Amino acid sequence: MPGVKDKVAIIGMGCTKFDEHWDKDIKDLVVEACYEAFEDAGVESKDIQAAWWSSVMGGYLGRSLAYPLKLDFIPITRVENRCAGGHDAFINACYAVACGAYDIVLVCGAEKLKDVGLAIPGVIDPLEPYTSRVKPSFPPPAAYAQLAVRYFHHYGISIEEGKKALAKIAVKNHYNGSLNPKAQFQRKITLEDALNAPMIAYPLGLYDCCGITDGAAAAIIVHADLAKNYRDDYVLVKGVGMSCGWYQAELLDDWSLTYIEENVRASKEAYAEAGIENPRKDLDLAVVHDCFTITELVIYEDFGFSPRGKAKEDVDAGTFELKGELPVNTDGGLKCFGHPIGASGLRMIYEVYKQLQGKAGQRQVEIRSQKGLTHTLGGTPVDSNTSAIAILGLRGA
Amino acid sequence: MVGIVSYGAYIPKWRLSLETVSKRLRGEKAVAGKDEDSLTMAVAAAIDCLGEISPNNVDGVFFASTTSPFKEKSVSATIAAVLDLRRDILTADFANSLKAGTTALKAASDMVKAGSARQVLVVAADCRLAAPGSGFEQTFGDGAAAFLVGGENVVATMEDCYSVSDEIYDVWRRDVDSYVQSWEERFVYTRGYLQVVRETALGLMKKAGVNPNDLTKAVFYAPDTRRAMGLAKGLGLDPKTQLQDPLIGTVGSTGAAHSLMLFVAALEDAKPGDRFLLASYGNGSDVFLFQAGENVENLKGKRRGVKVHLQSKRMVPDYVTYLKWRELVKMPEPRVPMAVSYPSAVAIWRERNRIYPLHGVKCKTCGTVQYPPQRVCVKCRTKDNFEEVRLCNRRGKLFSFSFDFLRGVPIGLVNLDGGGRIFCELTDVEVKELEADMPVELSFRRLYLWRSDGIYGYFWKAIPVRA
Repeated sequence: MPGVKDKVAIIGMGCTKFDEHWDKDIKDLVVEACYEAFEDAGVESKDIQAAWWSSVMGGYLGRSLAYPLKLDFIPITRVENRCAGGHDAFINACYAVACGAYDIVLVCGAEKLKDVGLAIPGVIDPLEPYTSRVKPSFPPPAAYAQLAVRYFHHYGISIEEGKKALAKIAVKNHYNGSLNPKAQFQRKITLEDALNAPMIAYPLGLYDCCGITDGAAAAIIVHADLAKNYRDDYVLVKGVGMSCGWYQAELLDDWSLTYIEENVRASKEAYAEAGIENPRKDLDLAVVHDCFTITELVIYEDFGFSPRGKAKEDVDAGTFELKGELPVNTDGGLKCFGHPIGASGLRMIYEVYKQLQGKAGQRQVEIRSQKGLTHTLGGTPVDSNTSAIAILGLRGA
Repeated sequence: MVGIVSYGAYIPKWRLSLETVSKRLRGEKAVAGKDEDSLTMAVAAAIDCLGEISPNNVDGVFFASTTSPFKEKSVSATIAAVLDLRRDILTADFANSLKAGTTALKAASDMVKAGSARQVLVVAADCRLAAPGSGFEQTFGDGAAAFLVGGENVVATMEDCYSVSDEIYDVWRRDVDSYVQSWEERFVYTRGYLQVVRETALGLMKKAGVNPNDLTKAVFYAPDTRRAMGLAKGLGLDPKTQLQDPLIGTVGSTGAAHSLMLFVAALEDAKPGDRFLLASYGNGSDVFLFQAGENVENLKGKRRGVKVHLQSKRMVPDYVTYLKWRELVKMPEPRVPMAVSYPSAVAIWRERNRIYPLHGVKCKTCGTVQYPPQRVCVKCRTKDNFEEVRLCNRRGKLFSFSFDFLRGVPIGLVNLDGGGRIFCELTDVEVKELEADMPVELSFRRLYLWRSDGIYGYFWKAIPVRA
């Protein structure tokens, strides 16, 4: 059967603290993340046969990864797919290992956003970088806010009720982040904190938005047949999915702007490969792209965790809390980690990897079905996105 | 007979209360928003003027202003592009004099008389900068007017005209000046305005054989109300009944557009048979005698003109906001996001049809309207089977919206009546006033570009319907 299911294993991972790293450059972050991964896997940099590098603004060439690590003149591919870049690099590395091209490879994502002030890559049109500039450029909150406006309007939810549901997601993620020493924000917040926060892009307030942050994360991947040579509790890739839109929300005047089709397509693909029929039961946890609270709310529905229009009810019921039926963003999510763009996908994979190994400390969830989902989403809902998913699982899953 | 086929005007939505300038002052003036200039106001007046009239018979466009955003680049060509006029027409910009608007009107009427053009569109707009705290600041206003000049179906006939040229330093602006300058006030009015307009008006009345009593209204460029009344009185007119309200204290003195805007206001209230004396001023004067015909009734209610735009207004929040809009206070350089590219003149040229007249495409297979134009249909995937459709004149509903906090502007998706969706900025409105599905229309505006590379970008923005 084509695909990567059970053919690829993660044997080591690393992740820096996500923070405002005023005193470190991107090479420092790469070294920290990758050396943690080497140590975790019990390998050295000279063992790596090929590498994939995910960064939007932290270096455009493969050598950006070779330079800090002094990798041994190996092939390195740079992947840029905006916020989904980390997953895209990971998935491509998986394909290379699954097909037998390499035995052991490194995937690293890193970003140093705090060195450039208002580093808002969203303001350049990724489709057409050299343009008449007549289409408004806009920061990401202003795009996702429109998803919120339309979602609430469509389902007859008042802005007040809607903002309350979003606030609950922020409170949940901040609680999870408070249990995570690698999170940028490790502070619990209350519903009132979230509701009374300054408005960023109406109707999204401060706590509805993730931060601009520095960070790096890395994974070492081997062919599944070799995994047991490195460790017993390796984590297998169970399924991957990816979907790219085509500016449908901007071009189609009947596009509802209440969901993200790319999420629906990518999850279907990944579920099919991983053999997931009922994600709410078949997954132990999900770490998803909560760039904004509204994004997480819509993802619940896009991924089939909640029926259409009913995500708010599940939020009210605590379904996605740490002790809930399906814990989502157990590590604190983008809300508490911030979003070093190219690194985020690997940070999510890091969390599920640790959770499946039972090493998540205070935020450890119950491992029953032994599968977890990770997801990033690049682009905006007002034109189109790239959605990428990797589902990970233990040997018996 | 040559005359006015149609008229239109534009007054920005924004009014500056003069009390915000100084507590001793009363009244208000119209000021261009931060994304408006003489080009955008001219486009708005031209659209109002052309209305439902076919663009095919328009053989020329004249733009008149002392404040063109370009010292070298033709605004009349931009207006022609927005209006979807033919390419084989004459476009020209009239500049450097307060009477540029009426001079363009004279040139247009002469072209029609000579038979070298069937219809010529004359558009005047001004946005003159006065030094903060100066007397000019109290009287200058911003606005635009447009006239379609032709030989058939006229609403008012141009019966006669007369011009005088005058060399004088009264009111001027050098190529290096930001603000309008003037010589001592008494000299400016007695030897400038009063003398030359009076000389020209008397010249016309003599030439045409009309008496003050024959005139319904005198429509005078006015530096202020008192001087216009003095001018009228000196010509034997009754300033109370025969002087068209110069709109000082509501709109202000709108430069090269002023007398033409006042003439639009006069025609809005005109009855067939009414006769008007139209006079401008600026290193001379152009004076015209017009008579309204039966058709003058036909346009009433079909143009926003001065009347509708005058009623549709909102106040500039404070004086500092006004100073920032006109860039009269030095603000810190904006921190430019690094991942921002320059506008490309090549791309603007290539996309001129989708930018200026906002052409989208309609799929000939499935009928779906889409913007920007595509090669492969977004709905049925048919390749290269489209017709271009003009979208800028369509109203729509605000589908969704938000606020770009970096630039402080609302943005949104607009569903256009008749199909099609456009992603654009919203302007003349605050985000808290927006609601999903509210009616909006499109307005041509100057863009704020993080990095301009010497280019002024222009594009359509959505505004709440102004009627």
